[in-house]
Amino acid sequence: MRVIDADSEAAVADAISGGIPLEIIGSGSKLCLGRPVSADLQLSLAGLTGITLFEPNELVMSVRAATRLADIEALLATEGQTLAFEPPDLSRLLGVAAGGQTLGGIVASNLSGPRRAVAGGVRDHVLGMRAVNGRGEIFRAGGRVVKNVTGFDLCKLLTGSYGTLAVFTEVTIKLLPAAETEVTLALADLGPQAAVTVMCRAMGSSAGISGAAWLPDQRGGSLTALRLEGFAPSVEARKQRLLGILGGTREAQLWSETASRVWWRDLRDVAPLAGDSERAIWKISLAATQAPALLESLKTLGDARALLDWGGALMWLSLPCQSDAQASSLRRLLPAGAHAMLVKAPAAVRAGVPVFHPLPPAQAMLEERVRHSFDPHLVLNPGRRAAAPPGEGEC
Amino acid sequence: MRMPDPDQLAIERRPALLDGLRRIVPGEAVVVDRDALSAYDCDALSVYRQRPLAAVLPETTAQVAQILRLCRDLAVKVVPRGGGTGLSGGALPVADGLLLAMGRFNKILSIDLDNRTARVQPGVTNLAISKAVEANGFYYAPDPSSQIACTIGGNVSENSGGVHCLKYGMTTNNVLGLELVTIDGEILRFGGNFMEQAGFDMVGLLVGAEGLLGVVTEVTVRLLPKPETQRAALIGFPSNRAAADAVAAIIAAGIVPAAIEMMDRAAIQVTEDFVHAGYPLTVEALLIVELDGPSVEVDHLLERVERIARAAGSQTLALSDSEAERLTYWAGRKAAFPAVGRISRDYIVVDGSIPRGKMPDVLDDIAAMSVRHGLRVVNVFHAGDGNLHPLILFDASLPGQLPAAEAFAADILRRCVEVGGVLTGEHGVGIEKRDLMLAQFSEVDLLQQRRLKDAFDPLRLFNPGKVFPLLHRCIDGGQMMVSGGNLAFADLPRF
Repeated sequence: MRVIDADSEAAVADAISGGIPLEIIGSGSKLCLGRPVSADLQLSLAGLTGITLFEPNELVMSVRAATRLADIEALLATEGQTLAFEPPDLSRLLGVAAGGQTLGGIVASNLSGPRRAVAGGVRDHVLGMRAVNGRGEIFRAGGRVVKNVTGFDLCKLLTGSYGTLAVFTEVTIKLLPAAETEVTLALADLGPQAAVTVMCRAMGSSAGISGAAWLPDQRGGSLTALRLEGFAPSVEARKQRLLGILGGTREAQLWSETASRVWWRDLRDVAPLAGDSERAIWKISLAATQAPALLESLKTLGDARALLDWGGALMWLSLPCQSDAQASSLRRLLPAGAHAMLVKAPAAVRAGVPVFHPLPPAQAMLEERVRHSFDPHLVLNPGRRAAAPPGEGEC
Repeated sequence: MRMPDPDQLAIERRPALLDGLRRIVPGEAVVVDRDALSAYDCDALSVYRQRPLAAVLPETTAQVAQILRLCRDLAVKVVPRGGGTGLSGGALPVADGLLLAMGRFNKILSIDLDNRTARVQPGVTNLAISKAVEANGFYYAPDPSSQIACTIGGNVSENSGGVHCLKYGMTTNNVLGLELVTIDGEILRFGGNFMEQAGFDMVGLLVGAEGLLGVVTEVTVRLLPKPETQRAALIGFPSNRAAADAVAAIIAAGIVPAAIEMMDRAAIQVTEDFVHAGYPLTVEALLIVELDGPSVEVDHLLERVERIARAAGSQTLALSDSEAERLTYWAGRKAAFPAVGRISRDYIVVDGSIPRGKMPDVLDDIAAMSVRHGLRVVNVFHAGDGNLHPLILFDASLPGQLPAAEAFAADILRRCVEVGGVLTGEHGVGIEKRDLMLAQFSEVDLLQQRRLKDAFDPLRLFNPGKVFPLLHRCIDGGQMMVSGGNLAFADLPRF
């Protein structure tokens, strides 16, 4: 495919102004997320890198879109700071090269890790953006201050839009102090219902849980992990409180800081479900208390493997990859309000089924109008979020 | 304040509008009487008043949908209204439009403690949500000062903040789902009883949209477990700069307090005269730093805050040892606005937000502007997140003082933008900051926002004259104004 390299905002605007459908690419680590784009031309932002503002005392940073997340995290670590939404590295899961992902890619796909359940997601941490819409117009949204209600909050709308509304050229993001230490309490071999009950109780307590996940193993056992982060004396006190809350359940394992970090990094990256190229991976958002019944009904799909994060409100699911990734059978099983995204499957499968959860018609039409307000000629990542309706442009 | 010229044809369609409304809701829910309508002629920015064509008080989502379709068919504008406590004129009626009062949507629909959410109608007050779950150890975190009267629907429209949003975020970070009725009467549901929604982040867009995109008829909020302990430090400094430095040092030390509030010398003096909270009168600036969480954490962090404050040159320092003492620290802060009202017939509250590190310089600038404009200023604000609330004191009965106060406020907001800040941190743009928008945004930035508005509301019937500058720029503004001592909702705390 032909590639336009844009290493400046003006070059991005120039390329888009051509009006030719473009596949937007940063490092390429997430090209296989979403439907395959219908475009013959790629707009590469790989040269659009660099940190343009870093004020640790203000807990704020601005970076050009294709700045590598690893570089950002390394710099933040020197100041004891972090991106509180705990961005995952899905490279193992997706089977792509590790270490390449960019902040722009994380924002475009709104991917948050285990701490999302209490600290908010990517969308809660984006303070401002510079971006180019589908008309090739450069615009700003938001700002660099934490408290801002001036005009529409375009940053939230653009976060998670998979490059279909505008191309970010620079993102300003809120930083937070990294936790001084962490420990994890884990309970072995709880079934889904018992695990979700424990996670709900823990997260509804004042123990200040910052991660709650359930991970079954191949032998029929499981781990239910509850993470505590913060200042050392606080973590110790909350650990005692949490043990009190868990009293009556079986004995908890205590994982030290190092063990806790490793386990949660693997969970964040969905590593337990990685490594089998023959399987489809789904990400399901639901109410935590709906998860046990869904897990039960998933048995009808055959060899379903799942894990729960966000206290049960996020289910990662691995299914044998049939031609439609079992999309319609799976979605039929979902409880009201829940939605499922097909995260990993061969391109031919992703081209043939709705990768993103189908929306009710009125909402889908509103989304189309919103999209047209940014990209009337459907230049930006056409087809990425949904197959084009008949008669729509090149798709 | 200039509003768009009324559409005479729409005004002439009033009988058809009233007739249509009475077919949708019971007769008493359609307000046409001039005196009765005056109850709706302003929000808490009460210097600007306008009687609407009519007001309607629906009770169901289906009624709202029918009302909006009627308005679309008759091309009549619609201004939604919650508690009417907004400070930027977002609920100011228009002469050629219908006022849609959502007060009858006042039910808490369901509470789900396992998933830590509540589904409520938009007319439920902010505080009522916390009250409904407090016995179970939960609360709803955003706490605007008017929380006893402001509604969650209004909070959603304005993306309201509060003193504790430093740690817990604004409304947008605490809302999971919305039901929206469009101008076509379509009922759409976004998000819900879970953390992430399908499709675009419409919840994120609709929160803070100031009623320009549709009418919210249901809100799902996130509930949090109540913190075990709250303790506060009351710390005096010899200068604004020393206090602001302490704020920066606390944040830089990796501490995220529940709240950091600051008062300057003038504010300390007027509030102490009013409520006798025991504030030190010898200092130039006062901080209230509140920490919450497990008591061991709170105690540990208060020690660190104390060390940081001393290093920044604090003159006085007290730590609350009881809930009564903590509330006393807050008593003065929370009485600051009415205290200013006792010494000044009129005042304007500005709402600019700036990078924290710019606070000392901008406070100096505001002091210089005060001299230049010949008007006193009192500073009492959310220092932890850089959200300034300078109160400009004036007397509207004296010739030239109102324009001088408005010019002063506009100067402050332009300065906020110059140092990297924004026009409004939590009060909204509404009508009052509308004509300053081009100080912060380019024409292209605003054009993109207008196109988005048109995607929801192509006939531009929702809340006209708000947020976007009118084509003819005729006035600068940017303030909550208290006129003739007549503060709307005078009994509401404002801080």
